[in-house]
Amino acid sequence: MHSNGYIFRFVLIMTTIVAVVLALMSTGLKGIHDKNEAVYNKRAILASVSSQLGTDLAKLSDDDVQKIFNEQIEQKVIDVKGNEISKEQVIAAGYKGGMAEHIDMSKERKKPETDRLFPMYVFKKADGKKLYIVSVRGNGLWDEIWGNVALDEDLNTIAGVSFDHKAETPGLGAEIKDNAAFPAAFVGKKLYDETGAYKSVDVVKGGVSMPNHQVDAISGATITTVGVGEMMIRGIKYYEPSFSNIKK
Amino acid sequence: MAETNVAEVKQPAISFGKEEKKLLTDPIDSNNPITVQVLGICSALAVTTLLSKAIVMGIAVTFVTAFSNLFTSMLRNAIPKQVRMIVQLVIIAFLVTVVELTLKAVNYSIYKELSVFIGLIITNCIVMGRLEAFAMGNSPWKSFLDGIGNGLGYAIILVLVAFIRELFGKGTLLNFKIIGNTPEYVINTTDSMLFGWYANNNLMVLFPSAMFVIGIIIWAHRAWNTKLVDVS
Repeated sequence: MHSNGYIFRFVLIMTTIVAVVLALMSTGLKGIHDKNEAVYNKRAILASVSSQLGTDLAKLSDDDVQKIFNEQIEQKVIDVKGNEISKEQVIAAGYKGGMAEHIDMSKERKKPETDRLFPMYVFKKADGKKLYIVSVRGNGLWDEIWGNVALDEDLNTIAGVSFDHKAETPGLGAEIKDNAAFPAAFVGKKLYDETGAYKSVDVVKGGVSMPNHQVDAISGATITTVGVGEMMIRGIKYYEPSFSNIKK
Repeated sequence: MAETNVAEVKQPAISFGKEEKKLLTDPIDSNNPITVQVLGICSALAVTTLLSKAIVMGIAVTFVTAFSNLFTSMLRNAIPKQVRMIVQLVIIAFLVTVVELTLKAVNYSIYKELSVFIGLIITNCIVMGRLEAFAMGNSPWKSFLDGIGNGLGYAIILVLVAFIRELFGKGTLLNFKIIGNTPEYVINTTDSMLFGWYANNNLMVLFPSAMFVIGIIIWAHRAWNTKLVDVS
């Protein structure tokens, strides 16, 4: 049996050593972690315009991703009224760096709608035309799901989408990301109908009746795909005022 | 579960004889943590949808079992018995955090895919079980080998299950597209005479399939190594 004093000394020394080593490691690797996270998020954004990149996104190196992002993408931060937010205001909102890529959508979701910031990316295609990429976020079955939607210059036709999720079931809900056919089904869909009313793209079960505004759900993943539809309708609507500003 | 709690005899600190070899090979076959002791099943179900995830998880657990065994064994005479489990947990949690920080720096997308399951190595019964059953009573070198053996025993089953699940569930292995219904796959089932009937089985991607696959592996293991069959 050891004395209480010995136990205290042992535990104190051990926890101090462990804490110091982990703290050093964590701060030492922070630069690499931040860079990896940034590239990971940039890949997700570029995935929505992957058909325009000319090569397979997975084959691009981290540096290539950064390069495309720096050269072909213009970043904007807007609010729900369509006003462009300056870099200083974004920094004041708590995002060091102040660019659209730094905005944490899950944090923004918790704010009242009028205070939210929304990232927008303008991708310049090789032929000079522009694609507008907007970010949407919603709820799946277990946790958050999110996506990036690329719109053609008419701000009506969807040019590509990419989805991701935090904890959806592999083989069911996770198919929104893993099964390339699901995001591919959104390409060519329209946000507005013939009368100009906002419809966005819903995900429906068993048979699409409006081919311009509906996509077939994934069987067995009803709640996740309903979440995708809800996110596509509600999430893109926040960008409507800025769409009309761009069209002017 | 029979433990080799050998009384310590004076011998060189690091040697590699018959006994040491047994420490490495035993957990892979006749004392396998998953198929014989049925430990660590939870993560075996969760991370075996893709082969890449299973390989990384296997390496991570092997690292944690090996070094937590080593450190615990080095400290075994200094650790106060009243708080030994807490001390063991601190060692395990420390190593798991090291793994997590390293993986986040080395391969971020795998880190994202494994998400919470790296952190959950802390609760993996294999790690704690080896510390209590082996490292607290054996020399550091032997404990280290025992840790590697148990980690590998776990990793082998994980890789085997993931191989079956990814191949038959998604038709891919690592980054190779092997069988599927688009031209990107090596065997394209839409215009193949031989494999026109074949479709990837989505059940293999779901969790229950891991249960079936592990069950079949346990069966096959016992059919091959008849010593494992309980005669009662």
